[in-house]
Amino acid sequence: MLKAKITKKLWHFTLEVEMELDNHILVLWGHSGAGKTTFLHCLAGLCKQSSGFIQLNERTLYSSEERINIPTRLRNVGYLFQDYALFPHMTVKQNVMYGLKNHRHRHQIENPVNPLELLNTFGVGHLLDRYPSQLSGGEKQRVALARALAVQPGLLLLDEPFSALDKNSKIKLRQEIKDIHALWQIPFILVTHDEEDAGFLGDRILTLNEGVPVAGSVMHLSSNMQRIAIY
Amino acid sequence: MFLQLTDWCPVILSIKVALIAVTIVLIIGLPLSRLLSRLEFPGKDVVEAVITLPMVLPPSVIGYGLLMIIGKNGLLGNTLADLGLTVIFTWWAAVLASTVVSFPLMYQSAKAAFLSVNVNYEKAARTLGASEVKIFFTVTLPLAWPGILAGLVLSFARAMGEFGATMMVAGNIPGQTQTIPLAIYFAVESGDNGTARTLVAINTVFSFLVIYWVNRWAKKQKY
Repeated sequence: MLKAKITKKLWHFTLEVEMELDNHILVLWGHSGAGKTTFLHCLAGLCKQSSGFIQLNERTLYSSEERINIPTRLRNVGYLFQDYALFPHMTVKQNVMYGLKNHRHRHQIENPVNPLELLNTFGVGHLLDRYPSQLSGGEKQRVALARALAVQPGLLLLDEPFSALDKNSKIKLRQEIKDIHALWQIPFILVTHDEEDAGFLGDRILTLNEGVPVAGSVMHLSSNMQRIAIY
Repeated sequence: MFLQLTDWCPVILSIKVALIAVTIVLIIGLPLSRLLSRLEFPGKDVVEAVITLPMVLPPSVIGYGLLMIIGKNGLLGNTLADLGLTVIFTWWAAVLASTVVSFPLMYQSAKAAFLSVNVNYEKAARTLGASEVKIFFTVTLPLAWPGILAGLVLSFARAMGEFGATMMVAGNIPGQTQTIPLAIYFAVESGDNGTARTLVAINTVFSFLVIYWVNRWAKKQKY
């Protein structure tokens, strides 16, 4: 369960979103420069919000009132970057294993997933010794997904995951992301400006315009819905 | 014989001086370039101009400047003397001169290399739970390394070739402060063309091999 209220002053407008999200997929939809990526950055702690709070599974990640600001590396928030950001000097295997050696994972996870099995699940298990420059766009995305999930995040953020893919790969990966979500049962927040992707993936869709949710923009697409507060 | 060399001291000294100078340049230049590639503060332009200045100043100006600092009557001259240290007219002065003139090359290359690393790699490492120290050594430094190495080679070449400032602060004492460029100059002046030719050949071949090897290495990088 993710609860967040994020206020962030940007130079031409103020981002203001309040939301609650269970283990669903929330699609953030809106034009370029509407504050979608900034919203994800705030959740991951990659930029500092002006005020508000973030709670993930009862754990406070940020609170302006209590002066809490957990650094990114301790937030346990997975992030799939638009350009995938796979480390170019590491093989697929080294990329996926990168997060496992980090401090927080040595004692917190009860049933660790095997990242190599994860690669197999995504159908890229045979690419272990390749470098990112030797992969296709779809393969890169699957590896990046495996890398983000290998550290078992409590929330996964996906920033325009299909923008670098051709139509066929996109349709395939869209389905895969939906399947992975059903399997992992954690909240996903996905940014897109493609209406079709939004309709296909979004349990809920939130349209942002100049940093503020558009009134009545939350479309309830599946049955067991949670409320998203809008103002 | 075409080539002849009775005294190898200048060759050994030049390599020793250049290696130590480059090590100092690396130890100071790397953190400084990393810091200034990310940090914005008032007066940063002034600081960067000062760092780059030795690259464009005539060697005699640098030499005179160093004399004003470490010379007998210089700013630090008395302090150094009290500590029992003599820098002026020793081979350490040659190291100092080489360090100052080669520092801007290292700084510029390393800063450009750090700036060329996509910040998303560092952000991704952060979301994967890595500490800032780990990110620097496993992501930033390896990705910036080719540019840093290029800077090191340029600095090394510049340090090997340092002449003017070295002559002013270290002098030309055979066997003690006489580096290859100084030995060549004084060999030519005294009509010893054989020694000059040999030193020119050694210097050229050595520099060629270093640059050749680095270029080959950079080409072989997988990514």
